[in-house]
Amino acid sequence: MTEPLAPPPPEPLDPLLPPSPAGWLRSWAPPTLLIAAFLAVWETAVRLSGTPEWLLPPPSAVARAMVEERGLLLANAAATLVAVLVGFAVALAAGLLVALLIDASPTLDRALYPLVVASQTVPVPAIAPLLLIWFGYGLLPKVLVTALVGFFPIAVNTVDGLRAADRETLAMLRAFGAGRGQQFRLVRLPAALPAVFSGARIAIAVCVIGAVFGEFVGATAGLGYLMTRAIAQFQTDRVIAAIGLLSVMGIGLFGAVALVERLVLPWRRFVVRGGTDR
Amino acid sequence: MGKQFRYGTGTAPAAIVADTRDPPGRVYNGARSRTETGRGTIVARAAPIEDATVVATATATAAAAAPRLELRGVTSTYREGLARLTALSDLSLAVADGEFVALVGRSGSGKSTLLDIVAGLVEPDAGEVLLDGVRLRAAARLGRSAYMRQRDLLLPWRTVVGNAGIALEVAGASRREAEARARARLGEFGLEGRGDAYPAQLSGGMRQRVAFLRTILAGHPRLLLDEPFAALDALTRSELHAWLLGLWEREGQAVLLVTHDVEEAVMLADRAVVLSASPGRVAHVEEIRLPRPRRRSLVTDPAFVRHKAALLAALGLLDPEGLP
Repeated sequence: MTEPLAPPPPEPLDPLLPPSPAGWLRSWAPPTLLIAAFLAVWETAVRLSGTPEWLLPPPSAVARAMVEERGLLLANAAATLVAVLVGFAVALAAGLLVALLIDASPTLDRALYPLVVASQTVPVPAIAPLLLIWFGYGLLPKVLVTALVGFFPIAVNTVDGLRAADRETLAMLRAFGAGRGQQFRLVRLPAALPAVFSGARIAIAVCVIGAVFGEFVGATAGLGYLMTRAIAQFQTDRVIAAIGLLSVMGIGLFGAVALVERLVLPWRRFVVRGGTDR
Repeated sequence: MGKQFRYGTGTAPAAIVADTRDPPGRVYNGARSRTETGRGTIVARAAPIEDATVVATATATAAAAAPRLELRGVTSTYREGLARLTALSDLSLAVADGEFVALVGRSGSGKSTLLDIVAGLVEPDAGEVLLDGVRLRAAARLGRSAYMRQRDLLLPWRTVVGNAGIALEVAGASRREAEARARARLGEFGLEGRGDAYPAQLSGGMRQRVAFLRTILAGHPRLLLDEPFAALDALTRSELHAWLLGLWEREGQAVLLVTHDVEEAVMLADRAVVLSASPGRVAHVEEIRLPRPRRRSLVTDPAFVRHKAALLAALGLLDPEGLP
């Protein structure tokens, strides 16, 4: 009486295939066109109104500054990038650790959660000079400011993610005989990963701001340091070139985190595209 | 016929042996209905190790071996706001090895609570739960039954084989080994070639079959099925009925199926137990005396219709005199 079930029909569309050239165009054309239009309006407006370059340089002047000062800009961008990456790594490690502790016991939850929130309400402009006094002009204060701002979104999202695991699924696992450790490893941790990545994407963006801020207050290198000096000398084109470089860095880092997310969570694309539950 | 004896390894302590005499209200249609329906060979499977002791100490027949699962006087309550409500009241029930029992009841009759109790997720407020004749507390019952719910509960980040093998991983197998064992049985579950798909890529019926594969691979002698077909369309459901029966006839677990579908209960079960609603008590026990293997064409059989009418009447959905 074992009637064999009919084999399933083949999937018509394989989402693992790379996107078609048309799809690629669809995703990149809008932002490129928007930026190009914005730059064109800016350039024209500055030229027609005769605004002096120290007040608002046209994009062409910024581009010239980028090319002429590329050595200076890139050297300082590298310094900032190091601060961002180290700070983000510290934020990630600390955020995950604190989230696991909060998740592990209600007592730790009550003890730590207020501190996590407090870490975000600390005014960075106030604490940055203090860090400078304590740790000097090196990399460390920059990294600490960066880690401080990046820590919060990672910790909070991870805690939420760990709490979001489906109760019925956990009950099923318990019925299979799984202990707390197995429930954590097999269900709660993987279920939390999308939330961890959401936190990481926010964190990497605010880490760029954090690093630049650390450099504003006191540093000997970095785009933030370069900008404070350029502003003092009305080198507006250089300031805007640095901002442009920072934006590119921010987008690149955000994209890198998103790429890691795609590699670590390959199943996500099906859930989003298929529109199935969970 | 590929009979598998791997479940006949239960050990019963001496204290339990005295309990293996038939308590009132427990029905063993195992051996009887088997011979009636030409499935006498199956009786051989109902010969667990306890038999030697049982035969030596009591005048027990093979069929009187300890049931796979038994509830005695189980009462279960739960809180709702300030009130304390009774889900199950003084409920007794036994399922023998190789027996298929359906629990029928309206919503609120505590059917799912009953499965939670057997699985060890909930401890009843009163009464005893025995697995293979041994009285066990909730924590000790965990990991001894394969539990399947209406929702497929597939992990979206695991592939088909990863999901299907998860109970094996809980039991200590490596992920590679668990997935290999799941892969070996894909064809049997109509999942050939879909082992590396993610749940979101599958249809509802396929997802439910993955959940079945996961449940069966757990390798437990008890299957607790909580409305596993409820979310499926009628065609898929009827296809899966035939398929589940085929699987069960080969493997012979003790099955406790919760359903609100009277026709499903008659089609699948050896015995249908009707629960009254809030609190859940046994309102009626219907022995389903239909030949096996059961065919879809049975639904128009007068005996089938009679069983169905009796169940509907017990549920208060039908005038007891006859058909609607």
